[in-house]
Amino acid sequence: MHTFCKSLTLGISILIVLSVAVLSFAQSAPPTPAGLPGDGRLPASVPGSVTSKNDVPRSLAPYFTPAIGAPKPTDPDGFIQRWMLLEPIVKQNRSNTPFVGTYVRKAFTAEYFPDQFTVVPRDGDKVTVNNQELKWHALDSAAFDVKLFRFAYGLNKPTYGVIFWAVAVVDSPHEMKNVRMAVGSNSASMWWLNGNEAANLFDDRRMVMDDVVSNRLTLQKGKNTIRGAVINGPGLSDFCIRFIDEDGNPIKDLTVAVQK
Amino acid sequence: MKSKFLVVVALTMLFICACGTAFAQLGGDPYIHDPSTVIQSDGKYYVFGTGGGGLISDDGYTWHSGAVRPGGGVAPDVIKIGDRYYVAYAVGGGGMSGGHASNVKVMWTKTLNPKSPDFEFHDVGVVASSDGVEDCDAIDPAFLYAKGHLWLSYGTYFGFIRIVELDPKSGKRVLGNKPVNVAIDMEATDLLYREGWYYLLGTHGTCCDGPNSTYNIRVGRSKNPLGPYVDNMGIPLLKGGGKLVVAASGRHYGTGHFGLLDLDDGVQKFSMHYEADMDRSARSVLDIRPLLWKDGWPVGGDNFEEGVYEIQSERSGGALELAVDFVRIDTGRRGGFGAPMPSQTHQNLPVQNGQNPAPPAGGFWGSPAGPVTPLPNQTLDQDSAVWPQGSIGVDLNDYMVRPHQIWKIAPVPDAGGYPGSPYFKITIAGTDRALAASVDGEVVTAPSFTGAPEQLWRIDELTDGTYRIMPKHMPGSDDQVALTAIGASSLALIRFDHNSDKARWNFRRP
Repeated sequence: MHTFCKSLTLGISILIVLSVAVLSFAQSAPPTPAGLPGDGRLPASVPGSVTSKNDVPRSLAPYFTPAIGAPKPTDPDGFIQRWMLLEPIVKQNRSNTPFVGTYVRKAFTAEYFPDQFTVVPRDGDKVTVNNQELKWHALDSAAFDVKLFRFAYGLNKPTYGVIFWAVAVVDSPHEMKNVRMAVGSNSASMWWLNGNEAANLFDDRRMVMDDVVSNRLTLQKGKNTIRGAVINGPGLSDFCIRFIDEDGNPIKDLTVAVQK
Repeated sequence: MKSKFLVVVALTMLFICACGTAFAQLGGDPYIHDPSTVIQSDGKYYVFGTGGGGLISDDGYTWHSGAVRPGGGVAPDVIKIGDRYYVAYAVGGGGMSGGHASNVKVMWTKTLNPKSPDFEFHDVGVVASSDGVEDCDAIDPAFLYAKGHLWLSYGTYFGFIRIVELDPKSGKRVLGNKPVNVAIDMEATDLLYREGWYYLLGTHGTCCDGPNSTYNIRVGRSKNPLGPYVDNMGIPLLKGGGKLVVAASGRHYGTGHFGLLDLDDGVQKFSMHYEADMDRSARSVLDIRPLLWKDGWPVGGDNFEEGVYEIQSERSGGALELAVDFVRIDTGRRGGFGAPMPSQTHQNLPVQNGQNPAPPAGGFWGSPAGPVTPLPNQTLDQDSAVWPQGSIGVDLNDYMVRPHQIWKIAPVPDAGGYPGSPYFKITIAGTDRALAASVDGEVVTAPSFTGAPEQLWRIDELTDGTYRIMPKHMPGSDDQVALTAIGASSLALIRFDHNSDKARWNFRRP
């Protein structure tokens, strides 16, 4: 009897300890993410890649081709298709609801790699971020937009909970005053022209062409550096950029060369 | 003591909040998420939602659970073609359980009434799918049957919205038909056809986040059902375009999942859910509202708001009024530049602050000779002094801001309703005298509101923003009739003619 009582007491104690442990875990687990399509549950593999039973070998095709050869003009609607893209930096976010302006500014002004606001990278250049080696890729987008999700997915890199950096050096045949940078992105993003902040897209967003249009800018004759950062939780990271004139017409006589 | 005080304050606030609760638009328990198109079957209205089941209503206003839809899955849609109700729904995908692999399934039944012996769903099978890798997630299906073709749109924020064609006789995918990409940045699409244009509506923004859901419904159009769809600025929906149809307002956040409810006779409504009804614990609820059309674009209208109005005929501009003697406002002046007539004194002027005001000098024109002061409108007591007792007829006349031309319109609790709205009573403001239908299609006012069916009014906003006004019942007849200006000044209740201005009305603030 005495042994039985001891065993029972021990069993109850273990049960209590386990219960407390379970409750503690539940309380410390992140809240159910909200603001997602469907029922709000995240893909099981966050941060990670899209999973599928039919997972096939991945590539950047048909979304991107290597940027080689002659300078690339804009597409017929003025969208810039040639970019230097850095493999994604992991920045865990289980939803996109935090992407208010304050958060995004802080996320992008943190230093991830040296000279991140001045570097003009070349294809194959590498940086180390949080002990992860990340590579710059010189790519031409097949579409008007730059499907960052497909960039990451094609390289077997994390697709959700990420920050992408993008750089393009745009050549203008002459000085152009009073132009505007027109941007769409999924999700939040910030964009600089020649080192100056030009357009900010805060809060959770889908990519809409000409979503945010900058104040009047000047494209200098010759080279102009566009630099951008896009952040996303779960979602199809993406952006599109073009310049428009005062009447809202696209500027099409710009080219982007391969950086050597 | 302090804690008791705080409890009292809390309870008081709760009471105040409860008393200040806005009049809910749909009655009963309209709780649903991702609603299908609202559809009629065997004399009742049905709507289905995510997860299975759905709601039923006898009148389109008061809703309760009880609709039956097997198969589970998300965001169904329903359409009636011939003697079949086709239901489409999606299983898998949506980012749930880790992926975007999904199947859109179709089934049919001859009735949606679960108590009918004809109620039995027959599986058609999978009509669209996504493999989890391609640029599409096959959820949120929506039907359009137009010009002999049955189209199905589907998709969500992962990749493209796509359209496929189904066989209207079987519900199956047309042999060899390939999906076409038509939009991005949306989910919960719906398709409309009107006057040569195809419209693709979709929900933008975030769902499923209660009062922080940014869900809103947008639209593009095309002459071709397979696009390209563009919005009012010419921005392709394949590039994120979309003209706003309806967004959050008042106490309702997160509008999504548009469905057309075409009631014929020029009356169109649409159903949707709010992610959060702040008067119902921020729960996801169904609503039904008027659909307007402006310059070829659908616009989400608002349900009629109770208040005090002039009711103006679109035909003649005349105001609905009691057919009573016109009572003049006597200011003690006559028109023109002349001095006051000896027989006119200030005793007829309305009393102000307990004293008879001094007579104003001069007529109504020219520079004022004395102080300029506001004069009150005619009061109800002054106007009603000449009204007869009992029933009083109505007519149309020039609007003069007279009490016999000003109406209070208020919803009637527990009297039922019609799609999207409760019935209203229409009374002369400040009185209980109520507009009523009488026998032989006449319109009168009864001395008091009794709640009888002939005193209950249905107010539907038409697609051009004017209104149709119909009694719930006309004594001695089962005809559906509407308030109609049969002459510039005369009214009757006759069959609604949506092609004429004579049965269209405007509600103007007095």
